[in-house]
Amino acid sequence: MSLAGHPSPPIFKQGPTPLVRLLVLVSVCLAMLVADLKFRYLEVVRQALSVATWPLQMAAAAPADFVRNAAVYFGTLVEVQKDNAALRGRELEAAQRLLRFEQLEEENRRLRGLLDMGPAVAAKSIAAEILYDAPDPFDLKVILNRGSQHGVEAGMAVVNEQGMIGQVTRVYPVQAEVTLLTDKDQAVPVQVARNGLRGVLAGAGQGRLELRFTLSGADVRVGDRLVTSGLDGLFLAGLPVADVVSVDRDAQTFAVIVCEPVAGVERTTQVRLLGRAEPPPPRPAPEPEPEPRKGLKG
Amino acid sequence: MQPTHRSSRILLPAKTWFAYLSLLVALALSYIPTGLTPGVPDWVALVLAFWSIREPLRVGMGAGFLFGVLVDIGHGAAMGQHALAYVVLCYLATSVSRRVLWFPPTQQALQMFPLLLLTQVIMVVVRLVAGAEFPGWWYFLSSLTSAALWVPLNYLLLLPQYQPVDRDDNRPI
Repeated sequence: MSLAGHPSPPIFKQGPTPLVRLLVLVSVCLAMLVADLKFRYLEVVRQALSVATWPLQMAAAAPADFVRNAAVYFGTLVEVQKDNAALRGRELEAAQRLLRFEQLEEENRRLRGLLDMGPAVAAKSIAAEILYDAPDPFDLKVILNRGSQHGVEAGMAVVNEQGMIGQVTRVYPVQAEVTLLTDKDQAVPVQVARNGLRGVLAGAGQGRLELRFTLSGADVRVGDRLVTSGLDGLFLAGLPVADVVSVDRDAQTFAVIVCEPVAGVERTTQVRLLGRAEPPPPRPAPEPEPEPRKGLKG
Repeated sequence: MQPTHRSSRILLPAKTWFAYLSLLVALALSYIPTGLTPGVPDWVALVLAFWSIREPLRVGMGAGFLFGVLVDIGHGAAMGQHALAYVVLCYLATSVSRRVLWFPPTQQALQMFPLLLLTQVIMVVVRLVAGAEFPGWWYFLSSLTSAALWVPLNYLLLLPQYQPVDRDDNRPI
């Protein structure tokens, strides 16, 4: 570095050696990975930078849009007519139910008033279309054509006409990312429709779901319908989610309960996003025992 | 047999703006929503490796990091996943550049394949450690298609350097 006390001349100076640069950048990357995967600290950075990459993404999506529209254009007339007939039939059927639904809702409101229960949670609903699978092959995610500009919020439930298919996990200005129910990291608070038993449903891979942490003595039978319980303060209660396919009680403390999603989770295009119109009331502060917390504060 | 230096054709100096423009085009290509189709080449890794070998002083680990982060954002992947893989790729590509350039493009492609495969292996390991599911062996098909594209890409990206400023039939370039 120095010869006889003199610093080396700057002719061949090239900054730190490649190995040092590699180690610095690799440790920066590892720090980013931990911050993102473990603590979700980098969502702000992601949102800010996604604005910069937006024009490129739009340009890149154009050919895919073209192919999709071309496929629609060349769909035969016969198919469309058949679809139309089927839809008309279903509309008639739905109209009868809707008539009764309005009457029941009115009745429900009056009864809730009589019982002094407060109004049922108002729902907010947005129609959307699934554009494509997210390019990240490690997660089961899809991209929707509606984003924060259309009022989409992270946490909304995504349903199709049969039941729930997933949850909005990341919102961009005009797109949103949905994690499907069958993803390993996706959990939904559910209850058994038959008896109101609560549990947590999580993805188990291969298009299956698993009802976790349910004691082996619990009253769950094959064929039970699981619906959202609404306990997380995000989902509306009562959305159909899954059916129980098998119950294995002799495993351990907890029964191994395998379920299958009600809706075709990985093959659907038209969806609706359901959320609460107003945020849930804040959790009441745990007043009775403030003693053990004092040590932490000081 | 002693390999001969096939790139002995005298090229014009590479332009830095062209290198970064090609990286941007590769980024746009990587944003094309192909869903989970296996074997879609990793355009950004390919172009990064190319310039790390050709111009190690202009495109290197810094560019790898920057474009890795941009790919992470566009793909909705974990932040730093592609960045980490691309930084390692650029480092290795830079360190083998003196040797690789002695070979004709087809043999260069053979030498690039392990590097591109390693890039994918790094990403899989990172995500598996974080608790994701294994995406299946088809995932690694991508580095094979990328390596196969090395030869046409080599020609395409060197095209501006083949063009002489003023044409002269008596001059070798």
